Amino acid sequence: MDAQPQPMLEAEKGSSLGQDAWRRLRQNRAAVGGGGVLIVMLFLCVITPWMAPYSYEAQNLELGSVAPRQAHWLGTDQLGRDLLTRILYGGRVSFMVGFAATAVSLLIGVTYGALAGFLGGRTDSVMMRVVDILYTLPFTILVIILMVYLGRNLVLLFLAIGAVEWLTMARIVRGQVMSLRKKEFIEAAVVLGYSRRRILFRHLIPNSLGPIIVYCTLTIPQVMLLEAFLSFLGLGVQAPMSSWGLLIKEGVETMEDFPWLVVFPSIVLSLTLFSLNFLGDGLRDALDPRAGKD
Amino acid sequence: MLRFVLRRLLEFVPVFFIIVTLTFFLIRLAPGGPFAAERAVPEEVLKRLNEYYNLDAPLYVQYFDYLRDLAHGDLGPSFKKPTLTVSEWIALRFPVSLELGLYALGVALLIGLAAGFLAALRPNTATDHVPMSLAMAGICIPNFVLGPLLVLVFALWLEWFPVAGWDLQQDKVLPSITLGAAYAAYVARLSRAGMLEMLAQDFVRTARAKGVSETGVVLRHALWGGMQPVVTFLGPAAAGLLTGSFVVETIFQVPGLGREFIQAAFNRDYTMIMGTVLFYAGLILLFNLIVDIVQAWLDPRVRLS
Repeated sequence: MDAQPQPMLEAEKGSSLGQDAWRRLRQNRAAVGGGGVLIVMLFLCVITPWMAPYSYEAQNLELGSVAPRQAHWLGTDQLGRDLLTRILYGGRVSFMVGFAATAVSLLIGVTYGALAGFLGGRTDSVMMRVVDILYTLPFTILVIILMVYLGRNLVLLFLAIGAVEWLTMARIVRGQVMSLRKKEFIEAAVVLGYSRRRILFRHLIPNSLGPIIVYCTLTIPQVMLLEAFLSFLGLGVQAPMSSWGLLIKEGVETMEDFPWLVVFPSIVLSLTLFSLNFLGDGLRDALDPRAGKD
Repeated sequence: MLRFVLRRLLEFVPVFFIIVTLTFFLIRLAPGGPFAAERAVPEEVLKRLNEYYNLDAPLYVQYFDYLRDLAHGDLGPSFKKPTLTVSEWIALRFPVSLELGLYALGVALLIGLAAGFLAALRPNTATDHVPMSLAMAGICIPNFVLGPLLVLVFALWLEWFPVAGWDLQQDKVLPSITLGAAYAAYVARLSRAGMLEMLAQDFVRTARAKGVSETGVVLRHALWGGMQPVVTFLGPAAAGLLTGSFVVETIFQVPGLGREFIQAAFNRDYTMIMGTVLFYAGLILLFNLIVDIVQAWLDPRVRLS
């Protein structure tokens, strides 16, 4: 606090937004814990095909369903398939759906929202009216119908879920672009004669990245939840593939005799959703200190 | 106010139209019909069936026929359960979903408000942290995980409640808790935030300075204001509870509309799917309207925008 010029200058040079956010994020224990769990989980899911001693579909009918033991840490299902292996393979599918569908919603939402906010005026109000109308559609129901009728394949699942989740993203990006548009550095860019495309992609969208990242981390758990929900109803991932929703569905059917088949996938799914939500909350607090908790 | 309501009502017409069109073509463009899976149906019978249900007409004719019938409030006969019409099936199944939804709402408000207010009165103590952690769990744990786990513990191991069904009063406990839990979590967070905001207001400080007891401050001055966020949440919550019970009804074999819809979707029962989707859409739109009206009534700025 002394008025010495040297440290003052250093302090001013100090922290970029990213560094600042990183420091705030590290102080948030729930977010760090969530992030840690996710990294471990993702790592295990990624290395599974090279590490697992069992295959996700290899059956061992003589063994049948056994409780957790040394050879099968989380037990096996009725067909003698190793549960841990199936959970990790299911994790690959669940994470893949989570990331891919979020990417789809990101692509549609950011483009749509940025365009609406950038063009403004009539175009903007029409585009946002469309979003308002789409918001009132019963999407869960439409996705169920879509999955029943257009076959149960994974790519379609990404597209369907992504197409549902882009609306909020569009709203957030539009709001952000609208407020940035009036800032001096954008005016400067206009004065310098930059093309509209350059202003949009080089200046407006990169400066909206904070809220976009935050909303992405909150979209991933929603998407994974929707995938699990569909698989639980028998409309998502199909056997012999595995996903967490599907494992829970299969586990429920034999819950009375083999409770571990429902308990372990449930714990893994809940833990992942927890971690993603904690990380998302932490990122929001870190990247956008003004935004409230609720 | 009347103009506002009429305008919002008019806006629902295109939305409803989009839903009808989207659903109609979605389910009909897919390969296979409602009678494709039927075994050993003679050619002649199949032809008569398709004729009877108007399935042999060109798609656009079927579409306009459906719109015409819909305008008369006729949802048509069910393809797979021909004993009743679709409207009659909805009238039979929906009250069950409604009852389940009301119990779940009760669970949500009772647990949510109690936990939220308790947490707000002792912020940053164990009385705050424990319910709020549970609320986070309630939001993160999906109901198709919570439901089976409750069954496992309370029905299979402790044998306090039946595994499934919807006849006796004790049948209704586990489904209601399963459906209401996530909403209880939201209510708890909202009411905690609302209550904390109220307790920080000047008029609460004034009341305390005047020597009003802590109970009096909470009950008479802060309670109503603290509940405001919950009141605005009630609209979406009610809509969600009434239209979001597919999973709970499937797990607990509750004979409600949600389970009927899932079965109809699997059975390709065209008219039943259309009927339930339109009914659900109507419900959601209705609740949106109610929320809008309440908001416009509370805040005149909404009306004018």
